[in-house]
Amino acid sequence: MHGTRILDEADRLMTVCNSCRYCEGLCAVFPAMEMRRAFSDGDLNYLANLCHACGACYVDCQFSPPHEFNVNVPKTLAIARAESYAVYAWPQALSGAFARNGLVISIVAALSMAAFILGFAAVNDSGVLFGVHAGPGAFYRLMPHNAMAALFSAAFLYAIFALVMSVRAFWRDIGAPIGGRAEGGSILQAIRDAGELRYLDGGGVGCYNEDDKPTDRRKLYHHLTFYGFLLCFAATSVATLYHYVWGREAPYPWWDLPVALGTLGGIGLIVGPIGLFAARMRRDPALLDEQRYGMDVGFIAMLFLTGLTGMALLALRETAAMGPLLALHLGAVFALFITMPYGKFVHGIYRFAALVRYAQERKAEVS
Amino acid sequence: MSSKYDVLVIGGGNAALCAAISARRGGASVLVLEGAPKFYRGGNTRHTRNMRCAHDAATEILTGPYTEEEFWEDLLRVTGGQTDEVLARHMIRESKDILNWIVEQGVRWQPSLGGTLSLGRTNSFFLGGGRAMLNALYLTAERLGVEVEYDAEVTDLVIADDMFLAARLKRPIKGETEIHATSLVAAAGGFEANIEWLKQYWGEAADNFLIRGTPYNRGSILKMLLAKGVQEVGDPTQCHAVAIDARAPKFDGGIITRHDSVVFGIVVNKHAQRFYDEGEDIWPKRYAIWGRLVAAQPDQIAYIIFDSTVVTSFMPTLFPPIAGQTVAELAGKLELDPAALERTLAEFNAAVQPGTFDHTILDDCRTEGIVPPKTHWARRIATPPYLAYPVRPGITFTYLGTRVTKEARMLMTDGKPSANMFAAGEIMAGNVLGKGYAAGMGMTIGSVFGRIAGREAAKHARN
Repeated sequence: MHGTRILDEADRLMTVCNSCRYCEGLCAVFPAMEMRRAFSDGDLNYLANLCHACGACYVDCQFSPPHEFNVNVPKTLAIARAESYAVYAWPQALSGAFARNGLVISIVAALSMAAFILGFAAVNDSGVLFGVHAGPGAFYRLMPHNAMAALFSAAFLYAIFALVMSVRAFWRDIGAPIGGRAEGGSILQAIRDAGELRYLDGGGVGCYNEDDKPTDRRKLYHHLTFYGFLLCFAATSVATLYHYVWGREAPYPWWDLPVALGTLGGIGLIVGPIGLFAARMRRDPALLDEQRYGMDVGFIAMLFLTGLTGMALLALRETAAMGPLLALHLGAVFALFITMPYGKFVHGIYRFAALVRYAQERKAEVS
Repeated sequence: MSSKYDVLVIGGGNAALCAAISARRGGASVLVLEGAPKFYRGGNTRHTRNMRCAHDAATEILTGPYTEEEFWEDLLRVTGGQTDEVLARHMIRESKDILNWIVEQGVRWQPSLGGTLSLGRTNSFFLGGGRAMLNALYLTAERLGVEVEYDAEVTDLVIADDMFLAARLKRPIKGETEIHATSLVAAAGGFEANIEWLKQYWGEAADNFLIRGTPYNRGSILKMLLAKGVQEVGDPTQCHAVAIDARAPKFDGGIITRHDSVVFGIVVNKHAQRFYDEGEDIWPKRYAIWGRLVAAQPDQIAYIIFDSTVVTSFMPTLFPPIAGQTVAELAGKLELDPAALERTLAEFNAAVQPGTFDHTILDDCRTEGIVPPKTHWARRIATPPYLAYPVRPGITFTYLGTRVTKEARMLMTDGKPSANMFAAGEIMAGNVLGKGYAAGMGMTIGSVFGRIAGREAAKHARN
């Protein structure tokens, strides 16, 4: 059988589901399953990451518990998915971070923010740290721009590299049966599917949360979070261009593009995670990987913290609180970056890869 | 304690919910009594997947037209004429509108997603299957204000002068109570899960039957109605039975225990003897005869025998096939006489004539010189490993029911229609289906007559 208990269970369920197929219209998981008669570890990890955890197949299944066939696809695939993150993590030495993820993320975040506070305090005298700074370059009186850029570029590049290595391992594992590289059409399809969360909709009615009444709430909060994150990222990118191309230094006025984007994104990163957290707490435990509470909440908390400190910094940037708030915000963002490859952030990367794979398979099947 | 409603619906499946919704939309107060716990609600509906409705043109969910006349001809063919033409034609006409009406009640059809999904010309598929359909109906009913009670075991019906007065109810905690209502809709299914009742017609063989639906389809409401002067319809000995995996649970194995591999091999009984032409007709048409064929064999068991060349020719199965490198090894695992199985296979292989195999048509691969013959798709079974599925009769539903009018009103033994008793679904399916079956027809009967029964019951209650 398979290497782990959860993959054995996923295999059992996919065998049950493959002899039923009533759910084939709900999402991508079941059509992908139907293309196979037997399931390798990679196949199961692929299906697990293709699952968006909408819960519809559990509510619609005539064999879900208390039926003796005990079919619970969302929960089983949620656990398999979380375990797959550790399996493909790079470097493998750090895969243990997934085991007690909430703790790891909290410690890294606390250390990171403390380091920035202490660093600011060590480098600047208290007059500068608690001083009121205004006008272009105000932030860089606390930390030189080049130091800031170097530190965050390094953290960001490391995160990207670790993620690329991880997803490469995943891609190899799930691509093995049919092989082939991703081509433009499939990537475009996957961007569309991921961008609109096509499969987080219970086949059209919404996903299942605390009861058997479907809603689109989680999709909405996920959109707020995801697009909030992208807007913040865009704000930082535009600011970087301003700085290097036009020599315009932050902070920028509220109406300028980086601040406008960052403000909208920041609102998304505050409202979205709160909504996702509330949904997580209220969700029917039958649908959840309850063991991964820390991982789910840790990532949401990091995004929320990033949004909150960013908005606080914007609101109070012309007061004496600017210095400490800048340290907190930079600490939060730094922690977010370096924990990206070792936390819930990876779900988006693996799921995107799975969607590309699915688009490929569909195309191969139709032709 | 007693309470009074306009319409009492007994049952909790497709027919019952369509009746409840339609009665509620007609302005009636409605109580639904479902005998099963919430998870098992809905009787056989939870295992269904599609519905057969007439339509004049292809749609988003149907690949081509299926006229009323064609539907009628199909019904005539599968029942061998054992149907009530007036009722059946009425149902077929009404089925056209059901395609839309059921969507208005929240049910979703499975759309085509690039051609990989099951899409038919005659049948529409529920997105997410029968339980999803049922969930949608329950949500709509509850939103409209229909009251639903689960684990509600009706112990008696109070009927006087062909009029329904009240139902006696045994609640698990609150105890005995009486529910009064102005109209009754009985939509409580057949008696397929009532082994004792099945034994009246099948004898001890019924002990070896597997029941494909829940253990709650016990036919107690049907029995009460027939005992209290409602006219019966349908052959009590008839039931829809297919061959399902013998390793399936006694109840509620549903769709996933079925086997569609018969045409790819041979079927032997416990003496390792063949007993019927496995290649008689295209598979879906013969799907439902194998339950009865196996039921007629000693100990109600049979084995589909095939070899490794055809394993990917049919849907993957829940239970893996039993395998042997030699025929004797396989026979040992099946506890069959190895010599007898070897002989049966050798005779079969020797009788296979050359031909061009095509399982989608009645091809020319047949046997010669053996009894019974295999008239199509006969190919030698000679490539190890040798494989087998043990099968038993799996009972889907029964045909005995209450006779009804076009308004779904029950007819009494004296020939008069009851003023306030209606029936819908499997409990009256025998009016339309004297015998035989075509996929999705049970749901058509349920939705069409459920909708009518609810409407008429509400009309009676408001007058």
